[in-house]
Parts: sequence; structure tokens; C-alpha cells
Amino acid sequence: MGYNEETAGAPIEVQGLTMQYGPLIVMEDLSFQVRRGEIFVIMGGSGSGKSTLMRHLIGLQAPAKGTILFEGMDILQADATMRREILRRMGVLYQNGALWSGLTLAENVALPLEEYTDLDPETIDEITSLKLALVGLKGFGSFYPSEISGGMRKRAALARATALDPEVLFFDEPSSGLDPITASRLDDLILQLRASFGTTVVVVSHDLASIFKIADRALFLDIKEKRMTALGAPAELRKDPPSKEVQQFLMRSSETEAGSTADPEARSLERNPPARRNP
Amino acid sequence: MNAAIHREGRTLIVQLAGDWKLAGAIPRFGPLLEAEGDAGGAQAVDFDTATLGHWDSSLLAFLVQISDHCEVHDLEFREENLPDDVIRLLELARIVPERDVDDKPTQPSLVARLGQKGLAGYDAFMAAVTFGGEVAGGVGGLLRGRVRMRWREFWVVVQSNSSGALPIVTLISFLVGMIISFLGAVVLRRFGAGYFVSYLVGYGMLREMAALMTGIIMAGRTGAAFAAELGSMKITEEIDAFRTLGISPVDHLVLPRVLGLLVTMPLLTIYAAFIGILGGLVVAINVLDLTTTQFTGGLLAAVTLSDGLLGVFKGTVFGLIIGLAGCMKGMQTGSDAGAVGRAATSAVVLGITLIIGANAVIDWLAVLLDI
Repeated sequence: MGYNEETAGAPIEVQGLTMQYGPLIVMEDLSFQVRRGEIFVIMGGSGSGKSTLMRHLIGLQAPAKGTILFEGMDILQADATMRREILRRMGVLYQNGALWSGLTLAENVALPLEEYTDLDPETIDEITSLKLALVGLKGFGSFYPSEISGGMRKRAALARATALDPEVLFFDEPSSGLDPITASRLDDLILQLRASFGTTVVVVSHDLASIFKIADRALFLDIKEKRMTALGAPAELRKDPPSKEVQQFLMRSSETEAGSTADPEARSLERNPPARRNP
Repeated sequence: MNAAIHREGRTLIVQLAGDWKLAGAIPRFGPLLEAEGDAGGAQAVDFDTATLGHWDSSLLAFLVQISDHCEVHDLEFREENLPDDVIRLLELARIVPERDVDDKPTQPSLVARLGQKGLAGYDAFMAAVTFGGEVAGGVGGLLRGRVRMRWREFWVVVQSNSSGALPIVTLISFLVGMIISFLGAVVLRRFGAGYFVSYLVGYGMLREMAALMTGIIMAGRTGAAFAAELGSMKITEEIDAFRTLGISPVDHLVLPRVLGLLVTMPLLTIYAAFIGILGGLVVAINVLDLTTTQFTGGLLAAVTLSDGLLGVFKGTVFGLIIGLAGCMKGMQTGSDAGAVGRAATSAVVLGITLIIGANAVIDWLAVLLDI
């Protein structure tokens, strides 16, 4: 896939994506772009296909229809070398960390470095300790994943995901299984990563507190419509929800925050608002 | 738990009385209605709860029956006379609409199912070929120095499949050697040929039983373990984590396991053959009254190196089969709780089936090649 001038600014571009499990359609006709340097949240209820969408974005599942471009390249069409190049530029934090259980934390972080770089072991050690220190796990390098807590595991997985300084980071439900304080710390870490490295971040989440805290823009997957029914900044979506479902989703726990006067019944359902171009 | 129906004009009055507890059977609305005679012409269902006592979900289930009946028969469901709590709960039950039924595929016809089975079989075969290819590619990469295998994992596999497997292999091989020897004792003594028991034990252990028994033990022990290990890694997304980092899970997880087993299986086979012969010797001395010299003399006169090598070759092939079957089933694990168990089971079944099939093929070739 050649370099496309139009999408040069968008690290991820999804066009007319339909996701399917066998005959069961999960979501239809998704089109959106993720802009460089933004924190983009994929939200929706349980079972709406958020994680499935992420699996499509990172190339683990093939679209039934439509295309997904990463920096203008299609992962599934790319040859081995290009695919490796694409994968090197993305980092993924799985729901439960997915640290390799047979390796220590240090080895987990070091493995991508060993695979992709020709650095000498000493330098790799240094980078590994630095990455672990950045997520607050200094000195835990020799621990195995089973010896640390869930929150620490997620942070260690973040260290591994950022080992190669990826341009785009994917998070699958970063706050799941964590207490509110630990979850909020992970959010801070995400914000900090973006601020210091300019990393584009794609987050799958249904945690409202986290969505309002970190998201620049969010898209909403409507399980009944099997489509995305909203795309925009969460605060704006709450002020002016394009559908009843979006409003219900965003209002659930935000009674204490500035309320919205929007009447859901009075609004027409606006489907698939056109993805905005990058400035 | 009482429900009675009577009619007032065009309205059916359902009288709910007494305590409704889940312990008893819930009345069925349909039969009740039939018992009351023809309900035709009714336009609404109303309720009389004057004598209703304590109630739980059983009442709700009954009311849902009525409500569904009303919907089907276009009757008005008048809930105003029901207790407020009941009305709220009914609303709650209705608030989420039932999922579209067409989401659930209906039972397809026999032909369709046959076709699906065929396609699934084809997919499984192609997946096995692809997996074999990936492993072969990995080995090629390893030989050319392009793939960095985790040697630590390799040595762990070697250890657990050598010293770790010795006790069980010793026990089984010794017993199998004894069994062959007993068999020989029964048959050969009849012809006064008890001396030749050493031939039987020697050939039997070296050519067949050492490799076969070791293979079956290792399929149950190690093949299942590989499938379970990789299966749980699949479930915890560790394998996905390899893929999205552009690192081949085959190189990192499968190669060390398959190669480790490939190294240890021939060694275990040789060991099993010796132990089996030892078992045979014990029986020969005690039952057939042979001496150790007679036994070993007969054995060495009959058995050649090629018999031993055939067994070792078989052991190596079996090692490959067990390793590949176990790892493949592990990598193909689904994502539900029972999936790892199923992966382990099918790894053992597949492993043992292929081992016995391969044994037959190798024996046939050996006969053809006069080995």
C-alpha cells in the first residue's frame, strides 16, 4: 500500500469496516480516523464489540468488509517485513496485561528490544530498568508476573508495550479489575505518556470517569443499531447526545457533574457522523 | 398458590390467592383458561388480589405467562390492580427487549451439517498444514541463525522430559518387558523353546514396545502439558501479545518444546528398551530357569544394531508427533473455561492416534526395506 497524501496525518483510518463472528454481525459500516497525538476512546456497553474493534485495529482479526489503514498501510495485506515494521510502531496493553508468564518482568520488557534492535545486553538492561522505573516498578525486574498484583502487572505490561517507543498505543479496558485509585493512576500514566512522547493512544473503555478524564474524542458503539452512533469529545457528546443510548451511557454516573438539559426524545438519531479531517 | 379465572362481560378476571412460593409448581395460564371454557370474545385480563398473601418470583413467572398470552392474543393486560412492587418488577423484566431470534442460527438441515463438518475438517487440516509449515519455517530460521530460540525454555523441556519422566518410563517399560517375557514363557515352553524368550523380549522391546510405550506415556504426560500450557497462554492473551509485537509465538513457544522433546524421546526410547529387557530377564530367570549368560547370549546372537536403530528412529518420529500435536492443539485453544481441558484431551487423542498410525507405517516400510 503506497503513501497516501490524504491520510498522512491520521495514524489510523478505518473505512466501512464490518466485523463478524461467523454469520453473526457485530458492527457494521464503521468509518473513522484517529488523529495523531490524540487520546481516542472506543466506548460502548458490554458485548458491543469494543474489544473486537481493537483486535481488528491491531491486526489480530480480519475485517469482514472494509479497510483499516495504519499509517496508510494495511497490516493484513503487508508483506512480512512491512508487517513487522508496522507492528513495531504499535504497542498493545491487553486487558489483563498478558505478560509472558515464563519470563521475569525485565525479560518481558527486554524481549521486544532483543527482537527488534541490535543493542548490546548492557544497554538493553539499562532501557529495561528505565521503562520499569517509568511505570513505578523500579527493582521489580527479577519478579515473575505471578508474583505481583494485578495493578502492577498492568503497569509492567505498559512498560513492555512502550519498550520500543511506539507511535500508537492501544489499551484494552485499562481500568478493568483495578480499584478506582489504581485505575486513576493508570489514567495519569496514559496522559503523561502522551504529553511526553506525543504518543497517539487508542483506549477501549466503558469506565466513564476514565473516559471523561483522558479522552480527546470518543466513539460510541451502539449494540442495538450495530453501528457507531456518536463520535466526538465526550463532554460535547454529553451536552448534545446524538442518540438516547449515547445519552444514557454518558449520563449513567455523571449526575454530580454539570447536568445536561438535552431531551433525548426530541433529537433525531444521527448515525455515523462524517469523520472530520485533520487540521 | 391459587389462581382462578372467571369472566365478567368481556374481561377475564384472574383471582390470585394465598401465598406464592417458588417451592411449589407454578400454575399454567393456558390450561387454566381452557378449564374455564372458551375464552373467545374476551378483550382484557384483569386481576383480583384481595386475598393474595406473600409472593415471590413464582407469581411474577405466572404473570409473565399471562402477559405473553395477552400479547399473542391481543388482549389488554390490566395491571393496575396488581401490587405496586409487582408492577415495578414486571416493568423491569420488560425494559430490555428480547434479542432478535434471528441472531441464533436455527438447526441446519442434514446436508448443510454434513457440508459444515466437511468444511470444518478441511479447515482443521489446512490449519495443521499451516502450523507444520510455520514450525518448519522456524526450524529453518533457527538453522540459518535468523531465529533466536529461548534456550532456557528448551532446557526446561529437556529436563522435564528426561529425568522428570524417568520414573514412569522405568516402571512401564519394566512391566512391559516382563509381560512380553511371560507371554514367551507360556508359548515357547510348550515347544521346549524357552531359551528363545530372549529373542522375543529383545526384538519386542527394541523394535516396537520401547518406542510405542514411551510415546504413549509422553503423549499423555507431555503432549497434554504442552496443550494446556499454550492453551492458557492463549486465554491470557500472551500469544496475542507475541503476535502484536511481530514476534512469532511459534519460534518462542513451539520450537523449544518440539525440539526439546525431539532430543529426549530417542534417549528415553533407548533407556526404555534396556529397562524392558531387564524386566524380561527377571522373568526368564525366575520362570524359565534361564541363566543371565544364556539370556544375553541368545539376545546378542539374534538382535542387530538395526533393530535398535529402528526403535530409536520411531521414538524420534513419535517425539515430533507428540510435540507438534500438543503445541498445535494448545495454539488453537478457544477462549472459554473448558477450552484448555478440551485442548489437552484432543492433544492426547491426536498424539496417540498418530503415533500408532505412524508405527504401522514405519513397520510396513521396515518390512519392505528388509530391516
